[in-house]
Amino acid sequence: MNIVVCIKQVPDTAEVKINPETGTLIREGVPSIINPFDLHAIEAGLFLKEKSGGRVTVLTMGPPQAEAALREAIAMGADEGVLLSDRAFAGSDTWATSFTLSKAISKLGADIIICGKQAIDGDTAQVGPETAEFLNIPHISYVRKIEDAADTSIRVQRIMDEGYDIVESSIPVLLTVVRELNEPRLPSLKGKMAAKKAVIQKWGQADIVADENDVGLKGSPTQVKNVFAPEARSDRKILQGTPEEQVDALMQELMGIKCL
Amino acid sequence: MPVIINRDKCTGCEECVASCPVSAIEMKDGKAFINEYCEACMTCLNVCPEGAIIEVQKEARDGTDLKAYKGVWIFAEQRAGKISSIAYELLGIGRKLADDRGTDLSAVLFGATEAAAGELIKWGADRVYLSQDQMLSQFNDEPYSQLLISLIDRHKPEIVLAGATPIGRSFIPRVAARIRTGLTADCTSLQIDKDTGNLLQIRPAFGGNIMATILCPNNRPQMATVRPRVMKRGQYDENRKGEIIAVGADALSCRTKVLETVKEVSDIAVNLQEANIIVSGGRGLGDPKGFSLIQELAELLGGAVGSSRAAVDAGWIPHRHQVGQTGKTVCPTIYIACGISGAVQHLVGMQSSDIIIAINKNPEAPIFNAATFGIVGDLYEVLPLLIRKLKEAKGI
Repeated sequence: MNIVVCIKQVPDTAEVKINPETGTLIREGVPSIINPFDLHAIEAGLFLKEKSGGRVTVLTMGPPQAEAALREAIAMGADEGVLLSDRAFAGSDTWATSFTLSKAISKLGADIIICGKQAIDGDTAQVGPETAEFLNIPHISYVRKIEDAADTSIRVQRIMDEGYDIVESSIPVLLTVVRELNEPRLPSLKGKMAAKKAVIQKWGQADIVADENDVGLKGSPTQVKNVFAPEARSDRKILQGTPEEQVDALMQELMGIKCL
Repeated sequence: MPVIINRDKCTGCEECVASCPVSAIEMKDGKAFINEYCEACMTCLNVCPEGAIIEVQKEARDGTDLKAYKGVWIFAEQRAGKISSIAYELLGIGRKLADDRGTDLSAVLFGATEAAAGELIKWGADRVYLSQDQMLSQFNDEPYSQLLISLIDRHKPEIVLAGATPIGRSFIPRVAARIRTGLTADCTSLQIDKDTGNLLQIRPAFGGNIMATILCPNNRPQMATVRPRVMKRGQYDENRKGEIIAVGADALSCRTKVLETVKEVSDIAVNLQEANIIVSGGRGLGDPKGFSLIQELAELLGGAVGSSRAAVDAGWIPHRHQVGQTGKTVCPTIYIACGISGAVQHLVGMQSSDIIIAINKNPEAPIFNAATFGIVGDLYEVLPLLIRKLKEAKGI
């Protein structure tokens, strides 16, 4: 079974702060990590490999530095890593990213593709399903349990608004996974040695035979107009006086609008 | 690159280097240089004191006639035949956008009855595309996306909205991929740009650290998923008339099968999302014991207990109480934020509340920008006072 796990190197958004004066992000000292949901995707890939045999290939798109994320995945037990890196890929939105990944996955050949449910820097959860559409294969989102996996079909639990569905799919299939699915393993000593020695394949636009109009900024239908800190509410009122006076003023306001 | 540096103007001050959230700007020969990290977030544009960073405008793709696309569509999801509340919220914002564009509002409904479609009209739709096909009664990504793709191809709406729910976020990306258009995830605000008529799609970015406005200027339809419990429902009108158009479901295929649907709802999730009043505590509590005060106030008001991410990360309260980007989105009548600084990632989970009361020691805390009423003070002084006075008012 050929298993491809798509991962992303992201800034640890929990560490990002905002400069209150300029409203811009302060990223100094913010570490780059493997997107936390993707660690669960890697673990799921290794689980399936141990169960049914096969190979786990980790795939990422990013700058040359993203190679570190692939080596980390190999240290966890993945067999090989492929880095999609090309200046032509810069500025990709979810459409262009998914298209690029799908080209690479077609070239690799895969029975099961696993992604984290979303990346913590973008929070879109769109790249998995879009990639499946480009590959013309089914996908199942928000997988919280793999109940059974055979050569031709897989049965999983997917989270819904009021519980979960048990869903069966034919293979090939793409899954996006949530944290509940498993506990990602730590890199082993043997894994770390393998990660050091591993040869990471690097593919650019020419390697995946993609049209320049379909990748990077040119292939991205969306664009960011601006980023901003939220504005103040127009009806806001900062109460004045001692704590007791402020509480009294609040009580009066609330009584006035009859909401208590 | 999405942005370029005017090397004549660049003074090498490195302001932009520090501002870039993805380390995409480096210095080369004393001038800024954009590398392949760039995600086109445009943050640096406002930072450069010299105006030396320039956005590269894309040209419209050949062959897409934007004017051929008309009307606002919303996807109305249902589970077991019952229309989800997000559908009514989408009709609320969809009606507003349609009116602003001087166009009409249509809903797309799969696997439900004509009676359900009629409800969508009363809530603001001019037209409902309804497929009653059995294959669509249960949600599966492939037939849902195939049918919506064929409807969009045939009728060419300019805007398509769906809920940012497990259903919407799962199958709508397939539709956008196939149609080759942009899709903006989990929007918390939508407006029409008066100058261009484009849809301004506003959403939290970078883990909810900041807001971003996203455009899809050269492709149609403009597609977005919308966060539940953020948009207000529209007006219900018993006498409102509209048309229901029956849609066939031939030639749909499906390689997934739902074997079983299991209900499993945590009480606290329901409490938080249905509560009229929520009292939330954050890092400012300083101590997990502070939640007993929060709890007391919440009980007195008949409300639920929420928290910020900081309080959850500190281990003071379980994650299921968390409000914000990675927690629940809530929309109560009154939201009382105690010792919560008001990071964007929290604000996006509660800013649609009707009345927001902020209690915080720090007068500079961003929570006061979002608050209807702000009390600057020590919550350990303010909350007991508030509790006492509420008891007095209630005659307890």
